[in-house]
Amino acid sequence: MVVSILHRATGIALSFAGLAVLTWWLFALSSGTDAYAAFAKDAQSPIGLIVLIGLTWSFFQHLLSGIRHLVMDTGAGFELGINKTFAILTIVGSILLTAALWVYLLGVVK
Amino acid sequence: MSLGDSSTPLGKVRGLGSAREGGEHWITERVTSIALLLLGTWLIASLLLLPKLDERTLVEWLHAPTGFIPMALLVIVGFRHALDGVKVTVDDYVHEPGTNFVVNTLLLFLATAGAAVALFALARIAFGVAA
Repeated sequence: MVVSILHRATGIALSFAGLAVLTWWLFALSSGTDAYAAFAKDAQSPIGLIVLIGLTWSFFQHLLSGIRHLVMDTGAGFELGINKTFAILTIVGSILLTAALWVYLLGVVK
Repeated sequence: MSLGDSSTPLGKVRGLGSAREGGEHWITERVTSIALLLLGTWLIASLLLLPKLDERTLVEWLHAPTGFIPMALLVIVGFRHALDGVKVTVDDYVHEPGTNFVVNTLLLFLATAGAAVALFALARIAFGVAA
């Protein structure tokens, strides 16, 4: 149940904040060096990093629980044990993937 | 039930599902999710494979067809999937038909405008002078 609620919550976060940041990023990239420098400064500020890391985790959580929903749409994976294991794996997986990506990204940018 | 008790069982059911329409919306949401599985993986892989993540590298990446085309697809399919997903939430909580129509229409305008801005930015990168 927690994972089902997370799927909806992360979906809404990605729909509004995620697409807004994606659009802002592309628009800044298309607007020249000064505009992109302003975006990069905001993105690398403490609040910017918290938002970006939160959106990255939302993306991986929504992706993994989305796969779980696609599997369940076929009628598979409803047994209590399997269902619970799969649900826990989406959370463990999303946290590990987010951590791995940001360890890499912060290493490259700095 | 506006049709009253004299209507046939089929008449009572038609148009009264939680989405008030057929299965197309449900199918579309899943088809776009599979597309985003591929495009999302492409985006993460691209960010990992690019030698640097500075402005010049990113502009060159999106200036080339191999960057521009998947990113344009990600924008189009992403906004569509978001609109479909948010609509499910709106339909779950906003039951009054007039308000439901207004909220869903505003979200449609917002998603369409957002996609247009993102595609304009991409076009300006793709067809502009390379950095």
